[in-house]
Amino acid sequence: MTTVDMRYTGSALDRVEGLEKVTGRARYAFENFPADLVYAVPVQAAIARGEIRAVDVDAVLEHPGVIAAIWYGNAPRLVPSDNADLAVFQSRRVAYRGQYIAVVVAETYEEAKEAARLLRVEYAAEDHDVRLRADHPNMYRPEKVNPNYPTDTEHGDPDTALTVAPVLVDATYSTPAEHNNPMEPHATVAEWDGDALTLYDSTQGASGVRDTVAPLFGVPPANVRVISPHVGGGFGSKGGPSPYVIIAALAARHVGRPVKLAVTRQQMFAVTGYRTPTIQRVRLGANADGRLTAIVHDAFEQSSTITEFAEQTTTPTRIMYAAPHRRTTHRLVRLDVPTPSWMRAPGECPGMFALESAMDELAIACQIDPVELRIRNEPDADPESGLPFSSRNLVACLREGARRFGWADRDPAPGVRRRDRLLIGTGVAASTYPVYRRPSQATAQAHRDGRFTVRIAAADIGTGARTVLTQIAADTLRTSPDQVLVEIGDSALPAASLAGGSMGTASWGTAVVRACEALVEGLDRRDGDLPAAGMESSADTTEEIGAQRRLSRHAFGAQFAEVGVDTDTGETRVLRLLGVFAAGRIINPKTARSQFIGGMTMGLSMALFEESIMDLEFGDYLNRDLAQYHVAACADVRDIEALWVEEDDPHLNPMGTKGIGEIGIVGTAAAVANAVHHATGVRIRDLPIRLDKLMR
Amino acid sequence: MRPFAYERATDVRSAVATLSERPDAVYLGGGTNLVDLMRLGVVSPEMLVDVTRVVDATIEESAGGGLLIGAGVRNGDLTADPLVRGRYPVLAQAVLSGASGQIRNMATVGGNLLQRTRCSYFQDTSKPCNKRRPGSGCPAREGDHRNLAILGHSSSCVATHPSDMAVALAALGAVVHVEGRHGPRTVPMPGLHRLPGDEPDRDTVLEPGDLITAVELPELPFATRSRYRKVRDRASFAFAVVSVAAALDVADGVVRDCRIALGGVAPVPWRAELAESALRGAAATAAEFGRAADIELAQARPLRDNGFKVPLARNVLVGVLTDLAEAR
Ligand SMILES: Cc1cc2nc3c(=O)[nH]c(=O)nc-3n(C[C@H](O)[C@H](O)[C@H](O)COP(=O)(O)OP(=O)(O)OC[C@H]3O[C@@H](n4cnc5c(N)ncnc54)[C@H](O)[C@@H]3O)c2cc1C
Ligand code: SF4
Repeated sequence: MTTVDMRYTGSALDRVEGLEKVTGRARYAFENFPADLVYAVPVQAAIARGEIRAVDVDAVLEHPGVIAAIWYGNAPRLVPSDNADLAVFQSRRVAYRGQYIAVVVAETYEEAKEAARLLRVEYAAEDHDVRLRADHPNMYRPEKVNPNYPTDTEHGDPDTALTVAPVLVDATYSTPAEHNNPMEPHATVAEWDGDALTLYDSTQGASGVRDTVAPLFGVPPANVRVISPHVGGGFGSKGGPSPYVIIAALAARHVGRPVKLAVTRQQMFAVTGYRTPTIQRVRLGANADGRLTAIVHDAFEQSSTITEFAEQTTTPTRIMYAAPHRRTTHRLVRLDVPTPSWMRAPGECPGMFALESAMDELAIACQIDPVELRIRNEPDADPESGLPFSSRNLVACLREGARRFGWADRDPAPGVRRRDRLLIGTGVAASTYPVYRRPSQATAQAHRDGRFTVRIAAADIGTGARTVLTQIAADTLRTSPDQVLVEIGDSALPAASLAGGSMGTASWGTAVVRACEALVEGLDRRDGDLPAAGMESSADTTEEIGAQRRLSRHAFGAQFAEVGVDTDTGETRVLRLLGVFAAGRIINPKTARSQFIGGMTMGLSMALFEESIMDLEFGDYLNRDLAQYHVAACADVRDIEALWVEEDDPHLNPMGTKGIGEIGIVGTAAAVANAVHHATGVRIRDLPIRLDKLMR
Repeated sequence: MRPFAYERATDVRSAVATLSERPDAVYLGGGTNLVDLMRLGVVSPEMLVDVTRVVDATIEESAGGGLLIGAGVRNGDLTADPLVRGRYPVLAQAVLSGASGQIRNMATVGGNLLQRTRCSYFQDTSKPCNKRRPGSGCPAREGDHRNLAILGHSSSCVATHPSDMAVALAALGAVVHVEGRHGPRTVPMPGLHRLPGDEPDRDTVLEPGDLITAVELPELPFATRSRYRKVRDRASFAFAVVSVAAALDVADGVVRDCRIALGGVAPVPWRAELAESALRGAAATAAEFGRAADIELAQARPLRDNGFKVPLARNVLVGVLTDLAEAR
């Protein structure tokens, strides 16, 4: 099925929009200034649960520049949908602290901000419940988990198998709430022309935003255009429209002028999604030789009271290791908290922290090298579905990583390697991420001057998607990348799936290849003789993807970490981090490396720093800026490298690719935690690995 | 953001006169703390008087054999100054460990001394906070206080002072030059910052209108053997969890004199006077350093979630003094 020849695919082409970006010419959502523009500043709820009694709109209308203040009491009604988060200003209820409950529109940003600050809101507050605990009486079993996985699975008799297992690991791990912090905060500019809406939005999927927003305002999708040529990161938080987009559109309609709304960094900690905190119990039963007999992985998570988002935390456990007896479960509790959402590798990332920490504990219990333990438990086929893997090269990654990292002569004894004040240790963990592909459409146009234009409503959120699609198109069109212009980031282009689930290249690439193939065929038929308007072909991959063979498709990887832990202070620094991945064909080694090491850096950050602290009294996340919510700084990332093994998988797509956007973050935290254990003898089961947890 | 007036002061006296007349006016240094707090609505002055051009921005030898550092000196320049680096390495290291290169290039010495606490409740106007709104309460006491004080706090406020530079200055016994309504005066460090007591809104002993014009470092020859060590949650760009500034004068294995201050543990840069007096005349050994640290930290009253700072401060104090004793 892999049909694209490698000529430009596989080469380290520079980002095609690189010059535009570094010279500041690339225009982001906030940088659009339609005539007559006004500014919207939303107001956040100051209670975690209750009702809005009244909002003193009249008082702020007196303020200079203020055009409107909108809340439930005077907001236009939206068409009801099943997304309660998007039903902005449609109810008096407050579901969580920080929820957008009103918006002030003014001539300038400063005027809107000042009036928003002064807007008096009267609440009837109720007691709130914001603390996730595994024994919460309202824990329930959701019907499915994101995006569409079974909630629980069971094979064999895991309970008995655990009871009789010669070696048992039974441990509970937890991961905190974490917030996506792309460099570019969310922003949108909304402009109505009659019943037609244009949104300049910072989004991971223009087509999706259009399809969600249009019905809320009772207009056909064709009336909504979402323009988003450049996006400064998203990590999942820009995957679907958040309430701010609806507020901007609603406000623009209300005041009859274009409205700009920029979400502040502080607001992002309430209104643009986050990774649910998790509590996970992992039980592994094994024979003395480390061969697993049973795997049980139970996850407990939270969602808001208005929207069910059930993260797929234990799904990686369904495919990682062979064991005859197994069970995975998810339980959810609805709290007075913001709705969690996608954050880079939702599910796999926290889930693999628990599983891969437990595997390390098992290696120690069995006195087996942790690399060897994983190799020993390698399954022949998908251990739950029984389907063959389209390709699976975890073992190759482990072996290559071990060789490069210098794992061979590792002394397993914990807490014995000192270098000055530091205790040194190394750890390993596996990575995995599913291979998704969604239907998309694309067109390819040949111009008389020998150049081509390829169009698809894809999104480049900093990943290099535009560049990679250019390479794919060039190879399919048998031309060079400089002859190809790829237009993306606009819902007026052929509809495409979103930049999420690490499926961009696979989904969009397939559509681009098919459109380009059709064009080449057409050109061949005409012998290159083109009409003045050029020639265009299109493709829709719905059928092709629907017909794809049922296989277990996943990318794998192995990560190796070396840490130093300060014996005076418990400060942990990652001295070395190596990731080796098997993710199909790599289209562009330069942008791919950025994705891998970017993911690993975020994984390092998760291991040591990232933690949104819930304030139990007030019911919101307290640390709401980048001075308080720590992500890794440059000084934290010392020696990081990502490599990949050759993987030729004919069962994927015409390019032979698996996704690479998320796998890098999966497993890193476990590799670091395992290294910390090796360094100190202390097992940290609740992230992040803060120094006070290691202070003795 | 509320509208405000901006005025660039032309000389020290008129700046002080403006502030004395207008209680709603504040001085503006580099703005790296003040402007953030204005954006958050924590403070809303109606007038900013920019003093970066009127307070001195030079570092000179002082008459007393020390150094006179203008209050307008940028933090970045302070860390790079050869006199500071040579004679008071603890100060250069402390400033260098703070914030980021970009912020240090903006931040001034005067502004650094007067930066406000990083307590999350203080920065969130939707919540009570005695420091921001006297009498409204202190949610940090029962809430999130992992990185707040173990020493010197009161029932009304448990915040820490965030400045690294101030810890080094407190250790060195710097003197702050102030121009006030009634003319110039000096305030010794420690002594500039005050413990919260029941007035946590007052961070310092300064009066309205007081302008910091310079910081004077005393002659302290043994400060060439001084060091700042900062414990933080990430390798850079993070406030101290605990820090230690120390200078040690050792001869024949005996401590002749020393200066020690702790950061990240108290509402003020905490001069460890008890530890200092315990060490003068004592053997320069890890055991003695530990004993001195214990004497100092016996005063600690940790909160529910920050008890780890007591052994942490002890370890770092012993570590720094041991390094200094061994350094040549
Ligand atoms: C993200 C971030 C991280 C940081 N990390 C650290 C850190 O790790 N360690 C650390 O120590 N600091 C850190 N800082 C704080 C930084 O050091 C201070 O913001 C800076 O030193 C303040 O100096 P400024 O000149 O900008 O002060 P401004 O913001 O201009 O002023 C601060 C206060 O001082 C007053 N003021 C200014 N000059 C004078 C004067 N001459 N006389 C009287 N009053 C005056 C102002 O009215 C205001 O109240 C960080 C800051 C940020 C934003
Ligand atoms: S510790 Fe001080 S600054 Fe923090 S909330 Fe309490 S009173 Fe406010």
